[in-house]
Amino acid sequence: MTPFATFLIATLIKIALVLFVLLTSLAYLVWVERKVAGRIQNRWGPTRTGPHGLLQPLADLIKFIFKEDPTPVAAERLIYFGAPFMALVLSLMAITVIPFGGSVKVAGVTTWLQITDLNIGMLFIFAATSLGVYGIALAGWSSGSKYALLGGLRSSAQMISYELSLSFSVVGPLILAGSLSLRTIVDSQAGYWFHVIPKWNCIPQCVAFVTYLIAAFAETNRVPFDLPEAEGELVAGYHTEYASMKFAMFFTGEYANMVTSSCIATLLFLGGWQRPFDKIGSFDWAGYIPTAVFYALAVILLVFSLKRARLVERIVLPVFATVCILIGSLFLWTPFHDPAEGVFWFAAKVLFFLLLYIWIRWTLPRFRYDTLMEFGWKYMIPVTLANVLITGFIVAWRTGH
Amino acid sequence: MLPNYIPAHVPISWYLILSAMLFVLGVAGFLLKRNIVTVFMSIELMLNAVNLSFIAFGFMQHTVAVNAQVFVFFVMVVAAAEAAVGLAIIIMVHRNRKSLNVDDIELMKF
Amino acid sequence: METILFFVFAALALGSAINLIRESHPIYSALSLVAVMGALAGLYLLLGAEFIAVVQVIVYAGAIMVLFIFVLMLLNAEEEVKIDRTKIAVRLGYPLLVLLAVEIISVLRAKFPSEITSHADLLNGDNTREVGRMLFDNYLLPFEVTSVLMLVAIMGAVVMGKRKS
Repeated sequence: MTPFATFLIATLIKIALVLFVLLTSLAYLVWVERKVAGRIQNRWGPTRTGPHGLLQPLADLIKFIFKEDPTPVAAERLIYFGAPFMALVLSLMAITVIPFGGSVKVAGVTTWLQITDLNIGMLFIFAATSLGVYGIALAGWSSGSKYALLGGLRSSAQMISYELSLSFSVVGPLILAGSLSLRTIVDSQAGYWFHVIPKWNCIPQCVAFVTYLIAAFAETNRVPFDLPEAEGELVAGYHTEYASMKFAMFFTGEYANMVTSSCIATLLFLGGWQRPFDKIGSFDWAGYIPTAVFYALAVILLVFSLKRARLVERIVLPVFATVCILIGSLFLWTPFHDPAEGVFWFAAKVLFFLLLYIWIRWTLPRFRYDTLMEFGWKYMIPVTLANVLITGFIVAWRTGH
Repeated sequence: MLPNYIPAHVPISWYLILSAMLFVLGVAGFLLKRNIVTVFMSIELMLNAVNLSFIAFGFMQHTVAVNAQVFVFFVMVVAAAEAAVGLAIIIMVHRNRKSLNVDDIELMKF
Repeated sequence: METILFFVFAALALGSAINLIRESHPIYSALSLVAVMGALAGLYLLLGAEFIAVVQVIVYAGAIMVLFIFVLMLLNAEEEVKIDRTKIAVRLGYPLLVLLAVEIISVLRAKFPSEITSHADLLNGDNTREVGRMLFDNYLLPFEVTSVLMLVAIMGAVVMGKRKS
């Protein structure tokens, strides 16, 4: 087969795999959010639909498909139907340049664990974020109702205000890495200081890390910046007049934005797929951590399954425990271990950020609109600008220009 | 793979022809449309057509193609500044005349 | 492959530009202009200017056109009223347009004969670095002047947009 044909087939397989994994994890992210939200509020969360409420996303999907889908009379038809698609497509576009790990060799073909490595990868993600404003503004306007228009305008104004501080926060790690390609940025964070502290960008760029997280919360319209979607203030903001499947598309788009922001935060600041622990001498003890984690998970699941009241839960949990033991043992096999370890650490860091999103959502109150805009323009932009100036100055001084 | 009359690489004159056609369409919009914001958008279309010309000419030069791209960068910045000020003027005109139709804004003083 | 991509992007750009003129509702015209800008970004990629292509999407399609759409939504723009045109204008207009197109095409083809231009050395992926170097080495003064220009534009827009209260 010609090199072009192998490249094409490999890329198509990667696209299918990434899309499948992403959409399934989005569905279960909703489950995780509802469970964690329940626990923070001292209640159980969904427990009835399936064991531990694990079939809740399926129940939601069935509800969305069969619900009635009214269209308001005053709506602009073409844009009203097109806006949810636009929002979803633009959210998913950014996943194509995110690297999940090193390279992997399957059936004699070596590929990166990334759909495509653009040399302007970071700018591509900015472009996807900038275009994301359209989905919301047009959805708000085309619904033909006052609440939707106001919610849409407020949400888009908030998103463009915080795009500036988002871009400036990202410039700091870009200066340190010297390239816009995401793979190069992660590779520049390899190594350890004093064999203990990993050279991740969250340590020299701590200010940029915090401002990136704040700006990412504002970009994805999550609490504490979710005034456009708040139920008390604006009914439901820009998706007031959308029902069933179209609302599901907005919902999915919002969670996809969340996942994308978390992935970018790990790539830029937390070292991507690099592991945080160094080898001692030449003994690679940290390579056994994925195996240990999966075995521990299996033991915990088995212990939980002993005290369950429902029979279904007493059967399903040991099945999950067996799956965990299998995956843990798979990590001991070297051809699987080397690429999959990177994916394990990447997934662990992304999960940390997603839990941070959920934790903050159910802990903090929301901003009022004028304080939100004031914060974005008067406080975030000077701080991020100062960060860029100081970083550039120090890098120029060290390389002797 | 392709038929004989379609070249494998695109000649530069095609990019310039496309740029000229977009420019002419921009001028047509500027002269024919009645809504003042649409007239302004036709001006932006003309600027974009000129940008395409610049980059095509930059591609034609073997060595220093980046000059053209820096120029395009400056054109974009100036277009952004012009769009901001122009839209502020349009908002003020709408406040006074309550209409966005150019035929209603043709008198200097009421 | 490159030719097919050129035809796709060029058709998208021309179709959206014609749609901009034919639509009566200004927001549909604005969305057609966004499509033109996206198609032009694709053409810039074919011409080896990847930094300018992405900057076009971020600045033009993602910021300037959002500004246009905001203003149209806030001012509640409606469909244009049709005005009557004279029959002579319509009957003469289209043939003259075709004549103009033929004239432009023949002049441009005569001036730039179909040389095959494939400058592979421009597609080596170093575009951003070169543009940055040029901006800060040769064109530093225009760069600083445009930043002052942006400041003046922002001040002007804010002053003109305020209500007199």
